Amino acid sequence: MAEGQIPIEEYETGNTKHKWDLKKLKFAHRVIFEYNYKKGEIKRGYANRTLYLNLTKKEIKEKPVTEDMKKKFTGGRGFGLKLMWASIKSSTRWNSDENELLITTGPLCGTTQYPGSGKSLCLTISPSTDIICDSNVGGFFGPYLKFAGFDAIEIQGKAKQDVVIVVDGEKGKISVETAPLEETNSHLINEQLTHMYASENTDKSRQKVSVVSAGKGAEHSYWGCLNFSFYDIRRKLPRMKQAGRGGLGTVLRDKKIKAIVTKIEKFDGVSNNPADPIALAKVGTKLHREIRDLDRHQCNMRAVGTVHLVEIMDEYDLLPTENYRFGSFPKASKIYSPKFFKHFTKIIPDGCWHGCTMACAKTVDGFTVMTGPYKGQKTTVDGPEYETVACCSNMSLWDPLWVLEFNFYCDTYGLDTISTGTAIAFYMEMYEYGILNKERCDGLELCFGNGEAVMEFMHRIAQGNKGEFTKIAAKGARRVKDWLIKNAWGTPQLIEDCGMESKGLEYSEYVTKESLAMQGGYGLTLKGPQHDEAWLIFMDMVNNAIPTFEDKAEALHYFPMWRTWFGLNGLCKLPWNDVEPANNAETDEPSKVPEHTQNYVEYQNAITGWNVDKEELILQSERCYNWQRAMNVWLGRGRRKDDWIPYRSMGPVTEMEYLSRKDRYDKQLVEKLGHSEKEVEKMKIKEKIELLYDYRQAQYQKLADAVYYRRGWTPNGIPTPQKMKQLGMDDPKMLKLLQDKINEDEKAGLNVWGGKYGKGEKPPNIHLKYWEKW
Amino acid sequence: MGIEVNGRKVEWVKNETVKYLLRRMRYTFPLVVVKINDKIIPRKDFSDVIVPDNSKVAVIHMISGG
Ligand code: SF4
Repeated sequence: MAEGQIPIEEYETGNTKHKWDLKKLKFAHRVIFEYNYKKGEIKRGYANRTLYLNLTKKEIKEKPVTEDMKKKFTGGRGFGLKLMWASIKSSTRWNSDENELLITTGPLCGTTQYPGSGKSLCLTISPSTDIICDSNVGGFFGPYLKFAGFDAIEIQGKAKQDVVIVVDGEKGKISVETAPLEETNSHLINEQLTHMYASENTDKSRQKVSVVSAGKGAEHSYWGCLNFSFYDIRRKLPRMKQAGRGGLGTVLRDKKIKAIVTKIEKFDGVSNNPADPIALAKVGTKLHREIRDLDRHQCNMRAVGTVHLVEIMDEYDLLPTENYRFGSFPKASKIYSPKFFKHFTKIIPDGCWHGCTMACAKTVDGFTVMTGPYKGQKTTVDGPEYETVACCSNMSLWDPLWVLEFNFYCDTYGLDTISTGTAIAFYMEMYEYGILNKERCDGLELCFGNGEAVMEFMHRIAQGNKGEFTKIAAKGARRVKDWLIKNAWGTPQLIEDCGMESKGLEYSEYVTKESLAMQGGYGLTLKGPQHDEAWLIFMDMVNNAIPTFEDKAEALHYFPMWRTWFGLNGLCKLPWNDVEPANNAETDEPSKVPEHTQNYVEYQNAITGWNVDKEELILQSERCYNWQRAMNVWLGRGRRKDDWIPYRSMGPVTEMEYLSRKDRYDKQLVEKLGHSEKEVEKMKIKEKIELLYDYRQAQYQKLADAVYYRRGWTPNGIPTPQKMKQLGMDDPKMLKLLQDKINEDEKAGLNVWGGKYGKGEKPPNIHLKYWEKW
Repeated sequence: MGIEVNGRKVEWVKNETVKYLLRRMRYTFPLVVVKINDKIIPRKDFSDVIVPDNSKVAVIHMISGG
C-alpha cells in the first residue's frame, strides 16, 4: 500500500447510500430467449469466436474467427468493420432494424502487464452522421467479454420491451431478459445490476461483473454515449468510463436495451494466454518503471489526469471559449487543473483497467448534486477529463462545481459531454446574435455562462420534453443549423460557419484556426471531427515542423494509421505519448516515440506469437482504415464534400474574432497573401475577413488533395481498388463497388483535384487517374 | 540582431537564458526539447545556458497529444 493510502475497509466515499430491493427487481425479469455455450480458452489473445444476437428474431449464435480475419482485420475495431460489412446494407440507418451495435476487444485487450490494455471498441451506424462511428472506452466490460469467451458481441434487431442482455461467463450462458423495474440512468442501473448479478455478496464478486448502459438522455437525443462500468473495490461502487462519440447510447436505447452485463469466473495475468509471457513481462515492466519515474516530471497524469491540458491549451490559444471564437480567456485560470486537484480523491490508484500505472481516471467523491432529480444527493463523479472541462469553457462556464454538475449529469443521462457541450456552445452564440431567443428556445435563456439553463436543457432532454427546440436541439448542431436556415432566422453562411460540426458530428475541444494540419486532422477523418486520429497542432503550429502540404499529408497519413492501431488491439493510446522515455528527444523521430513503438511490436509479438515489425503495425491499420472509408463510400458518403469543415475551425468568422487577434491576422495578409502593410491598414475589417476566408478555404482544399494522394485515394477521396488490392483487401464485392463509385464520379466530373493551383504550384499528380498506372 | 525560434524570426535579448526565452515565448508545455544550433540543451541547464545572437533555436513540443 502506498504511503498515506487509506485501507480498503476504512474508505468512505461520503456518497448517499442506496437501498435496492434486488429480489423485486430480479423477480420482474422474464427470460425471453437464451443460449448455452461451451466455455473456451483464450489462445494467444484471441477467444477465436464472436457472439451474435438478433433481438428481433430472438436468435443467438457464435461466429468463428478465422485466421484470414485476423490477418486482414487484426481484431477490435477491425473485427467490428468486418462483421458489419457482412450484416448491414448500404441503406442501413441508425434506427434501422438491421443496424448493429458492436463491442469488440482485440488481441492485447485484457492484458494486465502492460499499462492501458483494457479498451473496448464500439461501433454502430451513427444517428449524427449516417456512417460508421467507432468509439473506444475503458472499464472492465471488454476484457471480461473476452474472458467469458468472445472477441466481440454483435447485436442486431430491436427488442419489443426493455431488456438486459447477460453474458454469463461463469455458467456459459447468454440470456436476454425483460427488465421493467430497473432504473435507466447509468449511475443507478450500473449499481443495481452489479449487485444483482454478482455471484456472492462480496466486493470481490462484484468486481467480476461489468455493465454497459446509457441513461434517459440517450433515449431522447443523438448524443447517447455508452457507460462502461468498472467496480472500484475501494470505493465499493461501480465507476464508469464512456464510449462517447457518435450516438452509440442512442442506438442501445433504440434497441430497447437497458443494459448489457458480463460476468466472469476468474481472470489473472495470463488469461490472455500469451505466446511469450517472459517477453511480455519484460516490456511491461519497462513501461511501468518509466511511468512511475517520469510522469510526475512530465504530464502528471497520475495526479490530475488529462485536465493538466487545460492550462496548456489556454496558454497556447487552443482552449475553445465561447464556441471556439477564442482560444484563451481571462477567466480560464478558474478551471485550471489545481482547481480540480483540490476536489479529486487522492492516494487511490485510478486505473480504468488493472495494471494501468498511468492511472489517469480521476474522481471526485461525495459531490453534492445541485440541480435536477438527484439534487442534494452526494455522488461520485468520474472525471472531469480535459474535454469535459473544455466543453464548459466553450459554454463560458468558469466554476469548477458547474463543470462537475455537467459532468455528472452527462454521464448518468448517457450524454456525450463533447457533443452536448459543443452543440450548446453553438446555440449560445446563436442566442447572442438574436438568431435564437428565449421564445425560440422554449423559454430557456441559453446565453453564454448560464449554467442553470444548460442543466435545465439537459434535464428536459432526459425527461423527453416535447418542446420544439428541445427535440431538435437534442439532435445536435447539424439539425439545428438546418432548422434555423429553414426558418430564415439569421444568414445561412453565418450559421454554417459558426456551428462546429462536420459530417454531422460535433467537434472535440481544440481551436484549430492556426493549424491547417489539424483542420485536416478533424475534417479528413473517417467518423468526424474527433482528435483521436491525429493531434498535430504543436507539430504544425508551434514547432513549425511540417511546413509543406506534402509534410502535412505525410503526418495525416502516418498518425491516423498509427493511432488506429490501438483500436485494433484493445489498447489505450495515452501510455504511448503522454509519457516519454528520458532519451526520447535524442531519437530520429521523437514525435513518434520510437522506443514505445518498438514496445508495441514486442508486445503484440509476445501475445500473438507473430513476428511483426513496426511497418507491419502500420499496415494492420491501413487495411482497416481504408476499409472503413470504403464502407463510408458504400453508405453514400466518404467523398470530398463530406470532408467539409465549418469556417470557424479555419479562421475568424466575425469582426470581434478578427479584432481579438488583429496583429496576427494583419501579419498574415502581408506575409501570406502578399498585401503591403499600407494596403492592409486601409482595409475594412470585413474586407480582411473575406480575403482570409478565401485564402484559408483554398489552403484546405489543397491539403485535402495532398492527403487523398498520400493515402492512395482518388481526387474525390475514394480509396482505389488498386490500393485495396495492394493491402491485401481483395473482397470482390468491395472492389467492384469502389470501381463503380469511381466511374460515377468520373461521369459527374468529380474526379478532379479540389485546389486551385497558381503559377509555380502543381497538384499532387497531373494524372487524375494516377493509380491506374500502378 | 535576432534569433530564429522554430523557423520564425524573434528578437534577440542580451543575456537571456533558455528558461527566460521559453517564458517570453509562452512555451509552458512541460514536454519540450530545446536545441540551439542543432545541439540539445539538457533541461537541467535551461537556467544557465544563454541564447546567443543569430542562433537557430528549436523548441520541440513533444506531444502528439489529444
Ligand atoms: S491511461 Fe487512463 S484512460 Fe488509459 S487505460 Fe490507463 S487509466 Fe484508462
